[in-house]
Amino acid sequence: MAQKEHDALTGTETTGHEWDGIKELNTPLPRWWVYLLWVTVIWAVVYYVLYPSWPIGLGDYTKGVLGYSSRAELAKELEAVKQSRAGWLQRFEDSTVEEVAGDPDLLNYAMAGGRVIFADNCAPCHGSGGQGAPAYPVLADDDWIWGGTLEDILFTIRYGVRATHDETRLSEMPNFLADEIITAEEAGEVTDYVMSLTGAGVATVAGQTVFMEQCAACHGEDGKGLKELGGPNLADGIWLYGEGRDAVMAQLGNPRHGEMPAWVGRLDDVSIKQVTVYVHSLGGGQ
Amino acid sequence: MSAATAAPAGARGPVAYNDGVVRNFMIAAIFWGVVGFLAGVVIALQLAFPVLNLDLEWTTFGRLRPVHTSAVIFAFGGSALIGASLYIVQRTCRTPLFGGEFLGGFVFWGYQIFIVLAALGYVLGVTQSKEYAEPEWYVDLWLTIVWVVYLVVFTGTLMKRKEPHIYVANWFLLSFIVTVAMLHIVNNLTIPVSLTGAKSYIVWSGVQDAMTQWWYAHNAVGFFLTAGFLGMMYYYIPKQAERPVYSYRLSIVHFWTLIFMYIWAGPHHLHYTALPDWAQTLGMTFSVMLWMPSWGGMINGIMTLSGAWDKLRTDPVLRFMVTSVAFYGMSTFEGPMMSVKAVNSLSHYTDWTIGHVHSGALGWVAFVTFGCFYFMVPKLWNRERLYSMQLVTWHFWIGTLGIVLYITAMWISGIMQGLMWRAYDSLGFLQYSFIETVEAMHPYYVIRAIGGVMFLIGSLIMVYNLWKTAKGELRTEPAYAEAPHAAAAGTGS
Repeated sequence: MAQKEHDALTGTETTGHEWDGIKELNTPLPRWWVYLLWVTVIWAVVYYVLYPSWPIGLGDYTKGVLGYSSRAELAKELEAVKQSRAGWLQRFEDSTVEEVAGDPDLLNYAMAGGRVIFADNCAPCHGSGGQGAPAYPVLADDDWIWGGTLEDILFTIRYGVRATHDETRLSEMPNFLADEIITAEEAGEVTDYVMSLTGAGVATVAGQTVFMEQCAACHGEDGKGLKELGGPNLADGIWLYGEGRDAVMAQLGNPRHGEMPAWVGRLDDVSIKQVTVYVHSLGGGQ
Repeated sequence: MSAATAAPAGARGPVAYNDGVVRNFMIAAIFWGVVGFLAGVVIALQLAFPVLNLDLEWTTFGRLRPVHTSAVIFAFGGSALIGASLYIVQRTCRTPLFGGEFLGGFVFWGYQIFIVLAALGYVLGVTQSKEYAEPEWYVDLWLTIVWVVYLVVFTGTLMKRKEPHIYVANWFLLSFIVTVAMLHIVNNLTIPVSLTGAKSYIVWSGVQDAMTQWWYAHNAVGFFLTAGFLGMMYYYIPKQAERPVYSYRLSIVHFWTLIFMYIWAGPHHLHYTALPDWAQTLGMTFSVMLWMPSWGGMINGIMTLSGAWDKLRTDPVLRFMVTSVAFYGMSTFEGPMMSVKAVNSLSHYTDWTIGHVHSGALGWVAFVTFGCFYFMVPKLWNRERLYSMQLVTWHFWIGTLGIVLYITAMWISGIMQGLMWRAYDSLGFLQYSFIETVEAMHPYYVIRAIGGVMFLIGSLIMVYNLWKTAKGELRTEPAYAEAPHAAAAGTGS
C-alpha cells in the first residue's frame, strides 16, 4: 500500500508511509553528518590505541601504547610538589615558631601557607580576617583568652579548647545559679559589679564581695583575666557571648562553653606552625 | 474520565481513542511543572541567601533539592511523557489503548502515588542518597509495578496497531520505556533492613555502586530526557508544522546509533576518581561519538520545517518546538565537550554542570513539552483553538530570556569557580579558599534565581492560557498574518 509521492515544497520523494497525517521524506543522510560521525569514531579508535581502554578478562585491560595511568600521573605530580617543597619543609621541622617568625624567608613562606590553611580551616568560625563572630573569639585583637604569644597560640591550635585531646585546654565557668553557689540577688549584684569594670554600671560593696569570693580566682582580682587558667578579661568591654547586662548575667545561670577542635592529627605539624605565625600576625600577637 | 473522543474522520474511518487518561496526565504534568519550577526558584534563592533555609530540617536545601529535581524530571517530565506517549501511540497505530481506560487509569494513578510517596520521603529525610534515584525500596517496588503495566499498555497498543509500520516516535518511546525499566531495577537492587522500616542497603559496593549509579543517572538523561522527548518531538513538530519528517533514513541511523552509544557514556561522571582508567576512557569516547547521533534528532526536527520556515513568524507554538530543538542541539554539543577529560577537569563539580543540565532541561525538555501542551489541550478538550496566541508569545519570550539568564550566569560562575579552585600562588599554595569561591559566585546565583523566576512566570501565563482554553473561551485578538505558503502546505503530490 506504500505509495511514494513527491513533496510539493522540496521535491523530495516520500517513503509512502503515513501515520495520522504524518509522512516522511526519503532525504539521504547529510554528508557532513556522516563524515563527522566517522571522525569521532576514528578519534575514539586512536584514543584506544594510545590509552587504557578495553577490559580483557577479569582485572586486566588494554594498557595503551603511551603507558598512561592516572594514578601514576598523580603520584608523579605529588612527588614533584614534594621535591619542590622539600627544603622548606625540613627547615620548618627544624625550627621553633619563634625561629620561623624571626627568619624573613620562613616568615614569608609561612604567611603564604598560613593564609590558605586559615581560610579553609579557621575562617568558618573565626571569620576570614580573624574578625570573629558571636561566641567565636576575635583573633585580630589583643584580647587573648589563652594567651597571645606564638607558643600560646601554637598550643591552642594543636590541642584545642575543651576538645577530645588529652592535652586540650580546659576551663569551665561554674553554673552558679543552678548549683546554688550564689543567690539570684547576689547574681544581680555581681553582674552590676562586672559591668562597672567597663564603666557601664554602679558597683556595690556586696557585688565586689561576691566577685572577690567567686570570680577573682579565674578572672583575676582586677577582672582582667588569667590566661593560664583561660579566664577571660572582663574589664576590656569585649564580650564573647554578647554585650549588655542580660548577656553577662546569663553566663551565671546557664554558662556557654565554646569548643575548638585539636588540630594535631588533622593538620601536619609544619602546617600548624605556619598557621600559628599567620594568626599571630593578624593584629594581636604578643 | 472514561470519555473517548472520536478521531477526525479520515479516509479510513474514525477511531474512538482513550483520551481521558491523556487529559489526566496533562493536568498532572502542568500542576507538577509549576510545583517543580517553584521548588527550583526556592532552592536557587536559598543558594543566594542561605537564611531562606529557615533553619528547619524539612526546608533545607538538602531536602528540597531532590523535591525540585524529581518534581521536574519525573513528575512534570514523566507525566507529560507518559501522557503524550499514550496520545501518540493511539493515533499513529490508529487504535485505542490496549487495556483501555482501566489499565491507563492504573498507570495514571499509580504514577501519581509514586510521585507523592517519593516527595514525602524527601521532605521527611527518607532517602537512599542516590542522585535522581533517592526513593527508598518500597517506592521503587511500587514504581516497578506501575512501569511494567505502562510497558504492557504501550506494547499491547503497538501490537494491535492498524498501521503496517511502527512510526519513528514509537521506536523512541519504546526504547525509553524498556531502558528506564532496566536502569531503575539494576540501580535499585537494595536489601531492606526490615520490612517495616524505610532503610535499605544497595547490593553494589564502592566504585561498582558509583558506576551503576552513573550508568543509571546518565541514561536517565539519555533515555528519559532525550529518547523519550525525541519521541514527542517526532510527532508534534510534523503535526504542528504540517510538514513531512525531513529524513526517514536519518531517523533510522540516528535512532540506532543514539541508543547504542548512550548506554556506555555514564563513566564520564566519574573522571579522575577511583573508577579504573579504561572505564573512564570508554565513557569519554562514547560520549564524543554520541555527538552526531544526538544531532540527527536536531537535524530532523529543524529541517522538517524546510519549505515552511515562515511559520516560525506566525506560529508561536511551533516556535516553542523549534527553539527546544535548537537548545537540544546546543546541549548535545556541550555534553560531549564536557565529557572530554581535559575539559572535565575544569568543569566537573562546578556550576557549569548545572548550567549544562538546565539548557537541556529548560530549553529542550520543558520547551518541547510546552509546545506539546499548546498543541494537545485544544484537541483534548475539543476546542477550536487556544484561548490566546499572544499569551503564547509572551510565555515564549519571558521563558527564553529566563533560560538565557540562567545558563549564562552558570557558565560564568562555573568556569570562574573551576579556575579559582585550581589557581596557585608563586610559592605553590592555593590562591583562593573555598569560601572565597562561594562569595565570588553570589551575584551569579542572584541572576540565576531571576532567570528561574522568569521561567516560572512564563509557565504561569501558560497555565492561565490553557485553563481558559479548556473552559472553551476564546480571546479576541488580531490574527497573525496568514502564512504565504498555506495554500501549498502538506505533501500534496
